[in-house]
Amino acid sequence: MADSKPRIERPLSPHLQIFRPLPNMVMSILHRITGAALYVGTLILAAWLIAGATSPDAFATVEWALGSFLGRLVLFGYTWALFHHMIGGVRHLIWDTGHGMGAIGREQLTWLTPIGSVALTLLVWIAAYVIR
Amino acid sequence: MAELHNRIETPLKRVRGLGSARSGTEHFWRQRLTAIAQIPLTIAFVVLVLKTLGGGYDALAATLANPLWAVLMLLFVVTGVMHMRIGMQVIIEDYAHEEGPKFAWLILNNFFAILVGLACVVAILKLSFGA
Ligand code: HEM
Repeated sequence: MADSKPRIERPLSPHLQIFRPLPNMVMSILHRITGAALYVGTLILAAWLIAGATSPDAFATVEWALGSFLGRLVLFGYTWALFHHMIGGVRHLIWDTGHGMGAIGREQLTWLTPIGSVALTLLVWIAAYVIR
Repeated sequence: MAELHNRIETPLKRVRGLGSARSGTEHFWRQRLTAIAQIPLTIAFVVLVLKTLGGGYDALAATLANPLWAVLMLLFVVTGVMHMRIGMQVIIEDYAHEEGPKFAWLILNNFFAILVGLACVVAILKLSFGA
């Protein structure tokens, strides 16, 4: 059976990988990836809060880890994921109402996500370094 | 009545709004509700982090001692956990096709969300009441 050939070569429906990635498609995939990343990231939030509720020493240890180079890198990624997912989520919520589906509105809403998320992330981190 | 003749559901099922998943549109609606709530709450969370930054334990404890901040953080954690639990369930339902593993992942998802949520809530309350 393994080498039996179909008698008629039927056209296959194209798979997802065949299409040229469109910006809104990439943003939708990123919305899912950032959602899943934030899910795991809640562990950091929990660790931070529990350490605080345990003792000032435990809190200092967690803050030291988060302040290390690796910690900052993770937190930077977390900040970006949060803003990317938030702005992308607003886009989904607008779409749920049936608005912003036209050719122009759709494109603008799509580009708002990467541009807005990078801008907000940089803003927060600049503020963080200024405050410190 | 003509419309009812084309339906496979009984009138009772239709009234209750429960489809094949037995849970109707509850998840869809709750996911939107929590998403909307998350927007201001996320901003509040980022502000809290910036506010307490560099202040160590004392800054966090002092901020959460203010009931307004404690309530904002409790809301952020509770709605966030509800939202991510439904969101992850959607992801699991999309990728886990076999009943066994799907069931296991769904259980893990619930346990994780409830555990993380409760841990954060207890921590916030303890800090707020003066750890
Ligand atoms: C900050 C404000 C947030 C907004 C406005 C928001 C909005 C949304 C919306 C509208 C959806 C449904 C998307 C769809 O229908 O395809 C969604 C999915 C999801 N969200 Fe959020 N969200 C936010 C924060 C969070 C946070 C903090 C987490 C995790 C801790 C999270 C985790 C998820 C997950 C796992 C999904 C499922 C993704 C998918 O199905 O592809 N979200 N979010």
